[in-house]
Amino acid sequence: MALKFTEDHEWILLEGNVATIGVSNYAQEQLGDVVFVEVPEVGADLSKGDELAVVESVKAASEVYSPVSGAVVAVNGELEDAPTLVNEDPNGGGWFAKIEVSDPTEIDGLMDEEAYKTYIEGLD
Amino acid sequence: MLNNQGRPTRPNTSEQDNSTTDTFTGNKALDLETPLIFEQGVPGRLGVDMAEPKKVKSRLGNTARNNPVGLPDLSEPQVLRHFVRLSRQNYSIDSGFYPLGSCTMKHNPRINEKVARLAGLGDLHPMQPVSTVQGALELIDDLAHWLKTITGMPAVAMSPAAGAHGELCGVMAIRAAHEAKGEARKRILVPESAHGTNPATAALCGYKVDSVPAREDGRMDMDAFAEKLGPDVAGVMLTNPNTCGLFENDVKKIADMVHEVGAYFYCDGANLNAILGRVRPGDLGVDAMHINLHKTFSTPHGGGGPGSGPVVLSEALAAFAPVPFITHGEKGFDLVEHVEGEAAKSFGRMKTYHGQMGMFIRALAYMQSHGSDGLRQIAEDAVLNANYVRVGLNDLLHSPFDGICMHEALFDDSSLKDTGVTTLDLAKAMIDEGYHPMTMYFPLVVHGAMLIEPTESESRETLDQFIGAMRHLLNKAHKGETAYFEQAPHFAPRRRLDETGAARNPILRWIPEEDDPQNKRTLSAAS
Amino acid sequence: MRYMPHTADERAKMLGEIGVGSVDDLFVDIPVEARLKGLLDLPLHASEMDVEKNFRTLAGKNLSPYSAPCFLGAGAYQHHVPSVADHLIQRSEFLTAYTPYQPEISQGTLQALFEFQTQVALITGMEVANASMYDGATSCAESVLMACRVTRRKKAILSGNLHPHYRDVTRTTLQFTEFEATELSPVLEGREDFEAHIGSDIACVVVQNPDFFGRVQDLTDLAEKCHAAGALLVVVVNEVVSLGAMMSPGEMGADIVAGEGQSIGVPLSYGGPYVGLLATRQKFVRQMPGRLCGETVDQDGKRGFVLTLSTREQHIRREKATSNICTNAGLCSLAFTVHMSLLGETGFAKLAEINHGEAVAAAELLNELDGVEVVNDTFFNEFMLRLSVNATDVVEKLAEKGILGGVPVARLLPDAGTDNLLLVAVTETCAAGDIRKLVSALKEIL
Repeated sequence: MALKFTEDHEWILLEGNVATIGVSNYAQEQLGDVVFVEVPEVGADLSKGDELAVVESVKAASEVYSPVSGAVVAVNGELEDAPTLVNEDPNGGGWFAKIEVSDPTEIDGLMDEEAYKTYIEGLD
Repeated sequence: MLNNQGRPTRPNTSEQDNSTTDTFTGNKALDLETPLIFEQGVPGRLGVDMAEPKKVKSRLGNTARNNPVGLPDLSEPQVLRHFVRLSRQNYSIDSGFYPLGSCTMKHNPRINEKVARLAGLGDLHPMQPVSTVQGALELIDDLAHWLKTITGMPAVAMSPAAGAHGELCGVMAIRAAHEAKGEARKRILVPESAHGTNPATAALCGYKVDSVPAREDGRMDMDAFAEKLGPDVAGVMLTNPNTCGLFENDVKKIADMVHEVGAYFYCDGANLNAILGRVRPGDLGVDAMHINLHKTFSTPHGGGGPGSGPVVLSEALAAFAPVPFITHGEKGFDLVEHVEGEAAKSFGRMKTYHGQMGMFIRALAYMQSHGSDGLRQIAEDAVLNANYVRVGLNDLLHSPFDGICMHEALFDDSSLKDTGVTTLDLAKAMIDEGYHPMTMYFPLVVHGAMLIEPTESESRETLDQFIGAMRHLLNKAHKGETAYFEQAPHFAPRRRLDETGAARNPILRWIPEEDDPQNKRTLSAAS
Repeated sequence: MRYMPHTADERAKMLGEIGVGSVDDLFVDIPVEARLKGLLDLPLHASEMDVEKNFRTLAGKNLSPYSAPCFLGAGAYQHHVPSVADHLIQRSEFLTAYTPYQPEISQGTLQALFEFQTQVALITGMEVANASMYDGATSCAESVLMACRVTRRKKAILSGNLHPHYRDVTRTTLQFTEFEATELSPVLEGREDFEAHIGSDIACVVVQNPDFFGRVQDLTDLAEKCHAAGALLVVVVNEVVSLGAMMSPGEMGADIVAGEGQSIGVPLSYGGPYVGLLATRQKFVRQMPGRLCGETVDQDGKRGFVLTLSTREQHIRREKATSNICTNAGLCSLAFTVHMSLLGETGFAKLAEINHGEAVAAAELLNELDGVEVVNDTFFNEFMLRLSVNATDVVEKLAEKGILGGVPVARLLPDAGTDNLLLVAVTETCAAGDIRKLVSALKEIL
C-alpha cells in the first residue's frame, strides 16, 4: 500500500488494519530542528481529528492530528533519545504511532504522493 | 638629562605581528571569563564570618543531615570578583538602549533603590503586629490611591506578584462574579495578537479560549467579535493599546457589547505607558486591568524579575478581590487577611503575605517623583519617540499598519524578503552595534515582526543613532552581505548558541565529577 | 524633569519630522469624550530630596526588626544578608538587565541562573531545579498542578500542618481547574495520618518540613507509601536554612520540593519580593513550570548558557502551557545565589547549626517561665509556645515594649483552640541580650 497524505502534512501507511503515521518531509523542513516528540499512550482511543502527538522545536510546539480513528497499538520509542529521526528520516524511522483503524474508509479521501506534491507546490 | 626610564610611550605602528592573539587565560583584556562557582571552590574557605554555634542537645529528632550538600567553598573576594565578571557579560538599560516592544525598558531611578532599603521599610517582617507597621500600610494605601486615580477605577488588588499573576487575579475575579450570580460561563475571547499569558491564564481558570482575528488596520475585527459574543462568554481579554502598538478605537463599543451580554472586560495593562494621564481605562468601560509596575513604573527588570502586578477593579468586581487588603479604621490602618466578614466574597489568596512591597516602594517613589504633570509627559514623550523612530525607518522597513502608532512601532520582514537576511539575523547584527535587539516575532500575527518601543527615557541623539544604525544594517542587507548577518554577533561575549542541543539534551545543573565519571553531563546518564 | 531628556525645542522639531502639528495629534485614536483635558488629581512632581523625606517619614512610623529583639517567623525569617550580596544585585548590569532572551549578551544572568538551579538542586537533594517562582506558596500550588500532570490524576492531599497561606494559595489556584485538593485539619499533638487518604486516585501528598508549627520529621516512610500507590510526595520547605542541618527532602524520597528561598540573601521587605524554589526529578522536567536555564556551546565552541525547554511556557504553548508564569524572581534569585556562594558547604552547615543552637537555648529558657510551655518535641529554629493567656494580646503588649515577640498562630489559623499559641523563631541575628529581654518582658506580662 502506498503512502497517503493529509493537508496538515501527516502521512499514513495502512498495512492490513494497522496504520503507521508520521509527518512529511515538507513538515519537518517547516518545523526546523525537532527537539522532542510527545507521543500518545499505547491503548489510547482516538477519533479522526484528535490530537495524536506534539512535535517540539526550540521555538514552537506543533500539534499533529490523527487522520483516522482507532486504538493506538504502538508508539516509536526511539524518538525519546533521537528526536532527530523526524528531521533525518521523516517517512521511515521518524514514525510516531501505529493505530488499529476502526474505519479504513477514512483514508480514502486523502492525497496520494503525486497529489500531495502538487498541493505543497501550491502552498508557497 | 636622558630618559633613564626607557619605556615607549606610544604604540609601534610600523611592524606587523603575525603571531596568534590567543591568550593563555582566554581573557581578552577587560573581557574577563569566569568558570562556574562549583569549579572554583577549595574546601574550608569561607565567605561569611560567623560566631561559634552554641553546643546544645539536638532537637532534630532523627532528621539530622549525614551527607554533605556538595556546595563549593569560596572567599568573599572570590565571590565578588566572580559575580562582577558575570555582570560585565550582561547588557542593561544602564549600558544602552533597549527598544523592546511591550517591555517598556525605561530608566530605573536610583532614589527608588535608596528608599526601598531604608530601615523601617526594607527590613519589616510581614507578620509584625499591624500596630507596628502603620507607615507600611499607609505606603501601600497611598500607592493604591495613585493607581486608582491614574486608571479611574474604584478598587485595586495589590497582592499579585507579576503581570501574569495579575491577569490570573482579574480572570478569577470575573469567574467568581459569574459564579456568585449562579452562572457558569464557558469562553473567554482573546484577540489573535494577544500575549501568550492571556490564553494561558484563561485556561487556568477553566475557560475555553476563543481567538478573534484582527482587521486590516490592526485592530480587533468587530464583526468577528460580535459573532463570537454570546451569553456563554465570560469576558474578553484586550490589550489596549494593543500588541501592534495601536489604540483600539472601538474600545468603548467593545465594552458596551461585552456588558450587554453580562460579561466582563479584562484589559491587559502592559502598554499603560502610552496613555498615562491622557485617558483612564475606567472611562473606557474596563472591569479589571493589571498594571506592570516593572514596566510602566520603572521597577527594575533584574534579569527577569521580580515583578509586581496590582489589578484595578470596577465596582462590579471589587467584592471578589483576593485577600489580603487594607482597610481604614479608628485605630488606623488594618489588614483583612481571611475570606470572611467584609471579604466573604473574595475568591481567595494568591500569594504569601501582602504583595511585592519592595516594588511598591520603588513605584510610589517613581510616581511621586513625576507627579501628575510628569506622568502625562511620560506618555507624550513615549508616543513621540515611537513615532519618531517609525518615520525614521518606514521608507526602508514595511509596517503592516499605516499611520500613527502609540508607544511602539511595528514592522514586518517583507522588506527583507529577497535578501536572505531574516529578522533574527538583523537582531544579531544589532547586538554588534551595541543595542539589545527589538522584540522579535511578536505579535505572532505579523510575519517576522519587529516591535520597537523606545520609551520616554531616550534622547534624540540616541534615537538618531539607532535609526542610523538600523538604516546602515538594512542597506547592508540589501547589498547582499548575507554572510555578515549570518555570522553575527561577531563581538558579543558569546556568539550564536546551540539552542537545539540545549533542548534535545537538557543540562540544567552542574554535576559533581563523582556522579558523572564519563563526563556525560547529564544525571540520567549516571543514574 | 530629570528622567526625560527632551527640551520643548526638541519636541517641536521631532513633531515636525513626524509631520504633525502637536503631540495631541498623536492621540487622535482616543475617544473624544474619554480624553483627559487637565492633569490627574494627584500632586505635581517632587524633587529627589522631597521624595526621600516622604519615605523617611513613612519609615519612621514603623518598628524596624533591626532595632528590636525579633522572634518572628511563620514562613519569613530574619537572617543576616552579607553586604556583598546587596552590593552585587545593585550592579547596573544585573539590576537593569532584561530577561535573558538574547543569550549572547545575557551570559551574566544566565550563568548565575545555572548556578542558582544547581544550588537549589544540591540543598534539596533533588536532580533539577527551575530558575525560581514568585514565592513558596505559588511554587507549592504549581507543584500540585505538576503532580497532577505527571500522574494524570486529579486529587491532592494537603497536610493540615502546612503554612496556612500555602494551603490557601493552593486552594485558590486549583478552584477553577479540574483538580481538587483535600485539606486535612491541623494536628497539634502526634502525627498526621495520611494512610487513610492515599489511594490510586491521588496525584500527590503535600507535606511541610519543618511544618508550620516548627516540627521536623523523617518523611521516608510517607514517601514509600505514596510511591506504592503511584502518587508523588511534594515536600514544602519554608525555611531553607534548615537544609543545612537536616536530611534533604530528596534523601527522604520527595518527588517535588516547593520552597521559599527568602532566608538566603533576600531582605524581609514586609513580605515581598521573595524567591520561590521548585526542584524535582530529571524525568519530570518537561512538566515543570517556570523558566529553565541550560548549558550549551556557541559557534566557537565556548561553553554558554541559554533559556531552554521553552515550549512548556506561555509564550509558545499559550493555553496549553504548564503555567501562565512569565517572570521569575530574577534579582532575588541572584541574591540567593550570591549569599549561598559566600556561605558554601562550610558556612551553610555552620549557619544552620548556629540557628538550631540559638533556638534550643531560647526554648529552654522560655519553657522555664510560668505560663509558658514549649509544645514541640522537635524543631529547627522555630517552635510553638502555649501561653496561659491570649497570644495576640501578649504580642501587642510586647510590641509596646519594643519587642517583636512572635507570631500568634491565630493570626494565620483562626480556628478554635489556637488563641493561646505563639510561634517563636530564633535565628543567628538574635543578640545575646534579646532572649533575656523577651523572658523578662513575658514575666511582666504573664
